Amino acid sequence: MNFVLIFLIAIFSLSLFFYGKSKTRSISIQQNIKLKALPKFYGYYLVLWCSIPSLVFLLVWSLFEPVIIKSIIIETAANQGAIINDKNEANLIYEKIKAIHLGTYFGELDTILKESALSYAKFINLFTNSKIVLIFGIIIASVIYSLKKIKNNNKARDDVEVILKGLLFVSSLIAILTTMGIIFSLLFESIKFFSVINIFDYLFGTNWSPQRAFVSDASAITTAEYEELKDAFGFVPLIAGTSFIAFIAMFVAVPIGLFSGIYMAEYASSKIRKISKPIIEILAGIPTVVYGFFAALTVGPFFRQIGESIGLTVSSESALAAGLIMGIMIIPYISSLSDDVINSVPQSLRDGSYAVGATKSETIKQVVIPAALPGIIGSVLLAVSRAIGETMIVVMAAGLAANLTINPLESTTTITTQIVMILVGDQEFDSPKTQSAFALGLTLFVATLILNYIAQRAVKKYREKYD
Amino acid sequence: MTKEQRLKKRHSAERRFRLYGIASICVALLFVLILVNNIFSKGSSAFMKTVIDVEVFYDPELIEIENGASEENIREADFYDITIETLLKSYPAKNLDEENELIDLFTTDAEIEIKKAFLENNNLIGKKINLEITSSDDIDQLHKGNYPRDLPEDRRRISNFQLKIYDTLVENKKINKNFNNYYFNNGDSRDPELAGIGGALVGSFYSIIICLLLAFPVAVLASIYLEEFAPKNKITDFIEININNLAAVPSIVYGLLALQILLATIQLPRSTPLVAGITLALMTLPRIIIPCRASLKAVPPSIREGALAVGASKFQSVFHHVVPLSLPGTLSGTIIGLAQALGETAPLILIGMVAFVVDIPSTPIDPSSSLPVQVYLWSESAERGFVEKTSATIMMLLSFLIVMNFIAVYLRQKFEKRWN
Repeated sequence: MNFVLIFLIAIFSLSLFFYGKSKTRSISIQQNIKLKALPKFYGYYLVLWCSIPSLVFLLVWSLFEPVIIKSIIIETAANQGAIINDKNEANLIYEKIKAIHLGTYFGELDTILKESALSYAKFINLFTNSKIVLIFGIIIASVIYSLKKIKNNNKARDDVEVILKGLLFVSSLIAILTTMGIIFSLLFESIKFFSVINIFDYLFGTNWSPQRAFVSDASAITTAEYEELKDAFGFVPLIAGTSFIAFIAMFVAVPIGLFSGIYMAEYASSKIRKISKPIIEILAGIPTVVYGFFAALTVGPFFRQIGESIGLTVSSESALAAGLIMGIMIIPYISSLSDDVINSVPQSLRDGSYAVGATKSETIKQVVIPAALPGIIGSVLLAVSRAIGETMIVVMAAGLAANLTINPLESTTTITTQIVMILVGDQEFDSPKTQSAFALGLTLFVATLILNYIAQRAVKKYREKYD
Repeated sequence: MTKEQRLKKRHSAERRFRLYGIASICVALLFVLILVNNIFSKGSSAFMKTVIDVEVFYDPELIEIENGASEENIREADFYDITIETLLKSYPAKNLDEENELIDLFTTDAEIEIKKAFLENNNLIGKKINLEITSSDDIDQLHKGNYPRDLPEDRRRISNFQLKIYDTLVENKKINKNFNNYYFNNGDSRDPELAGIGGALVGSFYSIIICLLLAFPVAVLASIYLEEFAPKNKITDFIEININNLAAVPSIVYGLLALQILLATIQLPRSTPLVAGITLALMTLPRIIIPCRASLKAVPPSIREGALAVGASKFQSVFHHVVPLSLPGTLSGTIIGLAQALGETAPLILIGMVAFVVDIPSTPIDPSSSLPVQVYLWSESAERGFVEKTSATIMMLLSFLIVMNFIAVYLRQKFEKRWN
C-alpha cells in the first residue's frame, strides 16, 4: 500500500515538474513579462511542495498507525470480556487477532476473538482509507498553494533554496536524533531496571549471574526475593573483567603501537613508511569477528597447550588470549594517531635539541615525546574506549561466567559479552534480566563517552598548542 | 667513565631504540601474516567438496513414476528406496550396523541429488548412470587430510569399518574432489557438507544496499550543511560534538538502540536485512560524515568565490562546483564506511540475525543472516567441517573488504584534484 502511494506521489511530482516548467514559460510569453527565475525552478518548487508534506505525513502516519490500532484493539477486546492481566497477554491476544485477520490462525476461536478480528479488519480499513484521503487532501492543498504562488511569478529559485536548506538542516539533525534515540532507549529500560534493583546494589555488588534471576511478579518483590536478585546483578566482576582484558590489550598495544608510530614518524624513509603504514592499518580494517575466530580457535587452544606442557592450568577461554588479540587489533589506532601527533611537533624543537649535541633517540625521548604527550595520551584513551566497547573478540574468546580474578590464565567476562549473552535468542521484554542488558549498555555508553570526551579534548588542546 | 665510553654508551642506546621501533613494526606485520596465513590455510579447502562415484540404477520396481513424467510428479516422487539401494551397492555390508555406517558415508541429501539427476533427464527409468554423490562431512574432512586417522576408534567419528570402505574407495579411484557448489548456493544447514553462504551473501547484500541508500544521501546533505551553510552557533557546535561522539560509540550500543526503537517500538520484523540496514546506516552515518566534510573542506575557497563572482547563488556555487569537486573524496569515504558496516557483527546479533535460517532470503523483509554473523554462528559449532567453512567465509569477507578498499583508494588517486 505504502509503496503504491509513494509511487503515485512520485509520478504526480514528476508531471507537476513539467507542468510548472511549461506553464510559467507560456505565462511569460503570453503576458510578455520577465520571470523572476528560470522555468525549471518553478518545476522544482512544485515538486518540493507536492512531495515533502505528503511523504512526511506518510512516514509519521506509518510510524504511529500500528501503535494506535493496537491500543484500540486491545481495549475493545477487553471491553468484550477478554481477560488481560499484563502486557504479555495483551501482546498475545493482539497477535492472535492479527493472525485471524490474515487467515494464518489455526488455534481455537471464541466469540471474543472473532468479534475483535472483525473490528480489527474494520479499523485497518478505516485507517487505510483515511490515510489515502488525507494524503490526497494534503497534496491538493499544497499544490493549490504552490500553483497560486508560481502564477504570481514568485522568486522560485530563492524559495526552492530555502526549502532545500531546510532539508540540509534536517539531515544534519539526524545525528542528534540518533544520540537522543540511544539515550532514550538505554534510559527507558535502565530506569525500569533501577526501579527494581537499587543502583548502588548494582554498582557495588560483587556477584553477576543474571540467569539465576527469576521474578514471578515484577511489581511486588519481597525482601527475600530482592536479596537474591541483588546478588544476581552485581556490576563489579564485569567492570573488573572488562578493565582487566582492556589492560592486557593495552599492555600489548601501547608499546608496539607507540614504538612503530615513533619509528615511522622519526626514522623510517618515506619508502618504508609508504609500505608499512597501510599494512599495519589493515589490522584496523579486519572485522572483529575474524579476530574473535582466530583468538577462540587458534590462540586460546595454543596457550592451553603451552600451559599444559609446563604444568599450568590455562583456561581455553583465558583473559590472556582475548586481551592479546584485542591488543593486536588496537595497534594501528595507537600507531597512526601517535604518528600524526609526533609529526606535528615543530621541527625547531628537534633542531634545538640536536644543536646542544643530543642523539636522535635522546631528542625523541626527552623533547619530542614530552611535547607530544597530551596527544599520545589522547590516542591511548581513544584506544581504551575502543577496547572496552569491543564485542566480538570477547564474546568468542572470553568466558561467560563472571569471575572476580586477576589471573590472566583464567576466564573472565566483560560488559559487552554479557549484553550479547542476555539478549541473544528470544527473551521476554519486561524481566529484570533483559533490562539489565540495557543498564549495562548505558554504563558502557557513559564510560566510552567520558573517555572519548577527555581524549578529544586532549588531542584538540595539543593541536592548538602547535598550530 | 671516559668521554669515549660515554659516547659509545649513548650510541648503543640510540641503536637499541631504533631496534625497538623496527621490532614493533615487524611484530605487527608478522601478525598480519600469521592471521592471513592461518585463515587461508584452513579455509581454502572449503571451496572443494569430496564426492563418491556410485552407480545409480533407476529401478522401475522401486519407483512409482514412469519415463517422461512431469516435473511436478518427479518432485513429489519418493526416491528414498533407490537411494538406499544405490548407496548399499557401493560396498558389501554384512549386517544392519554396517549398512548404517555405509549410508553415513554419504550426505543426508543423497536422495535429493539422485532426484536432481533424474529431473535433468527424465528418461532414466530402467537405466543405469554413474553419479557423483556428495560425501558426508566426516569423509570430506578425512579426504582433505583435516582428520587424524591415528586416534583410537572410540574417540573418532569414523569407525574402523568406515575407514576400510574409504580406503577401498580411494584404491578404486571412486573418491574425487569437485567444486563445492553447495558452499555458494545453499543457506545454512546443520550438516557442514550442505551448509553454504548463499543466504548470508544475499542478506549482507541487502543490508549494505539499504545502508547505502539511507546513509549516503543523509551524510552528504548533512556534511554540505555543516561545511557550507551552517552559521557558527551553539546548535551547529552541538551537532558537531554529537557527530564526533557518535563515531566513537561502541557498535553494540547501536544494537541496543535498534532493539528498543526499531524492533520493540516500531515493530519492524526481527532478523531481517531491513532492520540490519537501518541499524548499520545509523552507525555508519557519522563515519561517512567525517570524511565527507574533510573532502568538502579541501576544496579551495577560490572555487566558491569564482562561482559567486559570475552571479551564481550560494546554492549553485555549492551544488554545481564544490560538491562535484569533492565527490571522489566523498565516495571513497562512503565506500570505506560501508566496508566497516559489512564487517560489523555485534549489532546484528542483537537484532536477531543469529537465527538459524535455511532459506535464502528473497526480499529484505525475510529473515536472514549476514556474512560476519555466519562466521560467528559457524565458529560456535562443534563439527570439524565448520572450521573450514568459517575460514572460507572469512576469506570471502576479507576479499570483499579488500576490493572495496581498493576501489576507494583508486577513486581518490585517480579523480581527486590536488590543490596547492
